[in-house]
Amino acid sequence: MEKEGKMVTIYVMGKKHRVPAGLTIMKAMEYAGYQLRRGVGCRGGFCGACATLYRVKGSYKLQAALACQKVVEDGMYIVQIPFTPAEKKLYDIEKIRPTPNVFVEHFPEITRCLSCNTCTKACPQDLMVMDYVQAALRGDIEKVVELSFDCIACGLCAIRCPAEIVPYQVAQLARRLYSKYILGLSEEVEKRVAEVEEGKFDEELEQLKRLPPEELRKRYESREIRV
Amino acid sequence: MEEYPGYPEEMWDSLRMVEETRDERIGKTYPRMSEEERERILREWHPDYKEGAKRPLRIGPSKGMMVPHEVADILEAHPLITPDMIDLSEIDYDVDILIIGAGGAGLSAALIASEHIDKEGILLVQKLRLGDSNSKMSQGGIQAALGPDDSPVLHFLDIMGGGHFANNPELVEILVKEAPDVIKWHQSLGVLYDRNPDGSIKLSPGGGTCRRRMLSCKDYTGLEITRVLLDEFLNREIPYLEFTCAVELLTDESGQVVGSVLYDLDSDEYLIARAKSTILATGGYGRLHIQGFETTNHYGATGDGIVLAYHVGAELRDLDATQYHPTGAAWPEQIVGQLCTEKLRGRGAQPVNRLGELFVNPLEPRDVEAAAIIRECYGRELGVTTPTGMRGVWLDTPLIDIINGEGTIEREFAAMYRTFKRFDIDIRKEPILVFPTLHYQNGGVVINARCETTVPGLYAAGEVSGGVHGKNRLMGNSQLELYVFGRRAGRFAAERAKRVNVGKPTLKHVERYERWLREAGIETDRRAPILLPEYRGKKTLEHHIRLL
Repeated sequence: MEKEGKMVTIYVMGKKHRVPAGLTIMKAMEYAGYQLRRGVGCRGGFCGACATLYRVKGSYKLQAALACQKVVEDGMYIVQIPFTPAEKKLYDIEKIRPTPNVFVEHFPEITRCLSCNTCTKACPQDLMVMDYVQAALRGDIEKVVELSFDCIACGLCAIRCPAEIVPYQVAQLARRLYSKYILGLSEEVEKRVAEVEEGKFDEELEQLKRLPPEELRKRYESREIRV
Repeated sequence: MEEYPGYPEEMWDSLRMVEETRDERIGKTYPRMSEEERERILREWHPDYKEGAKRPLRIGPSKGMMVPHEVADILEAHPLITPDMIDLSEIDYDVDILIIGAGGAGLSAALIASEHIDKEGILLVQKLRLGDSNSKMSQGGIQAALGPDDSPVLHFLDIMGGGHFANNPELVEILVKEAPDVIKWHQSLGVLYDRNPDGSIKLSPGGGTCRRRMLSCKDYTGLEITRVLLDEFLNREIPYLEFTCAVELLTDESGQVVGSVLYDLDSDEYLIARAKSTILATGGYGRLHIQGFETTNHYGATGDGIVLAYHVGAELRDLDATQYHPTGAAWPEQIVGQLCTEKLRGRGAQPVNRLGELFVNPLEPRDVEAAAIIRECYGRELGVTTPTGMRGVWLDTPLIDIINGEGTIEREFAAMYRTFKRFDIDIRKEPILVFPTLHYQNGGVVINARCETTVPGLYAAGEVSGGVHGKNRLMGNSQLELYVFGRRAGRFAAERAKRVNVGKPTLKHVERYERWLREAGIETDRRAPILLPEYRGKKTLEHHIRLL
């Protein structure tokens, strides 16, 4: 860790700021005086609102990160990419099916994949993005699901893709189809829903609701714990 | 090679002690406290009981209710707008249902409403991006009584006990009975819940639950559920506005709520949305940093909903009780306050002190668990102090792989593993340092079974509402609440929209609120809702002027 008091220089959209070392890009921008309206969300690495591109002085490499998770480096040039102008493909989940061709039909641009791996390098979650795009091309839905599950849809893969593929949308379709049609509804869920509908628990719940507070407390304290 | 590259050297002795004591701790569990012990530790150590941290509200329908100063500050504040600032004669959006907030509750309300009325009659507005919410950040799970030895009745008992019996039993009954149907709805939309090898749904324990009742989607539960709802919302082409916040509700001559004044965060212009039913799904107040606590919450969680509701005279409840999640990150500095899911403890991680000793059962209700960690750090002085002076205890995560087999952490806790790995901490091999963090608004706007507030035309669902959790929420019941009550709000708001007429929108309640403030002798320059938290540097704020 950096010692307290040490400062580094960053460039936010080219403008120079001195900020304490050790801050995340997001906190460094706030320290520098930005009140964030776009490019900020959960601040915990779960929402993908703070997608950011940066380059460090002396390097030609354009790198991608989440501003809430990445610590500033001396000489960092930063621009946030809070929005990806990707087309949202519309579909009716009740009507489509997980056929081998479903991805190519909805996202024909995936056939343009150059296997350049730029998407994978851009992913701040370190997902194997190109591998799941290739799996989608093969119609291997299970693989798409497995490799894409941790995606937060920050959009960086789509922004960097030279073939203009929007990988996270392909993955979203795959996960929904897989859950709905390949795994299907769970038996125990349907059974419990039916029991509730039949009123199986109504009488007991009604009783509990009517119990005087002391009695309810006793029932709570004496319940058996089986975990 | 450094022993613990992600931790400063002064912590290494303690880390070694945790490692050395690990084997003998396997299979051991610290006993659960009796109800008496629980009450005592809460009184002595829980932040809610700290003297001087609250004051009674001086105005409004819930006058006299004790609330944290930070909450009183936004309720005892001037509305952001005054009637003379706004031209109400031109209505920009005239709709059946206005939904404010696009987290789990707002999206559910929109989807269900679209099945009851023409979707063009719906407008969903969202302060930041569509889907941005605490709902999305939920890691550990969602409760539904699905196990063969479980039932909604046991779920009911757990919730009432966890909430210290202050809950509204009618709402709790609805929550536990509709839980299985919510899971069915999710699966039919394509939410991927974790399964056992035999295909059954994986159920884990949670703090204060008497059965295994926690469904999960790895440790991205909220992300998985909300992204599916959002995808469906977009597929149905329901009208929405992003980066547009509600700054004041509208009422008509009869006093019913008839929509909202909206504010475009990009252009700074106001817009008038008139609606027959208005649903508050604005979430909680974590970003108020009650008592200076760090928070797990989304940037937008500034308590706007309770302010808007109170301005029109809606009753509030249980806002004296704030939830501190027992295990927020205490190290590394960059992620202090971020959530370390309760599921870690559900799967075997033990809280241990500086000496590697057990000091609390890992699955006490959240308020009790948090109080025990605070006592360990500040009462018994057995915590670990970080270079910035923060204290914490260890959560011994490597036990998860030892107990459940190698690979469990990477498979089930991908988010946690990734978060700490970014800072050179491998949670498979090293424990993490934790301390309670501000997590959840237990109380909120009073609602009934139809999600109606005490003011006609105004509905509320999700964290902004109160009553379901009483004084303390159990893990997995907030996710559940979003969908159970979000769906209800959508359905009942649509029913109402079909039968009511609304009058001319006014801001008369703003004048009344100003009068309440005056009559109570409250002189302040505070204004609310605050919309965004303030994190800008000191120098900027000292020299801040608005010229453009």
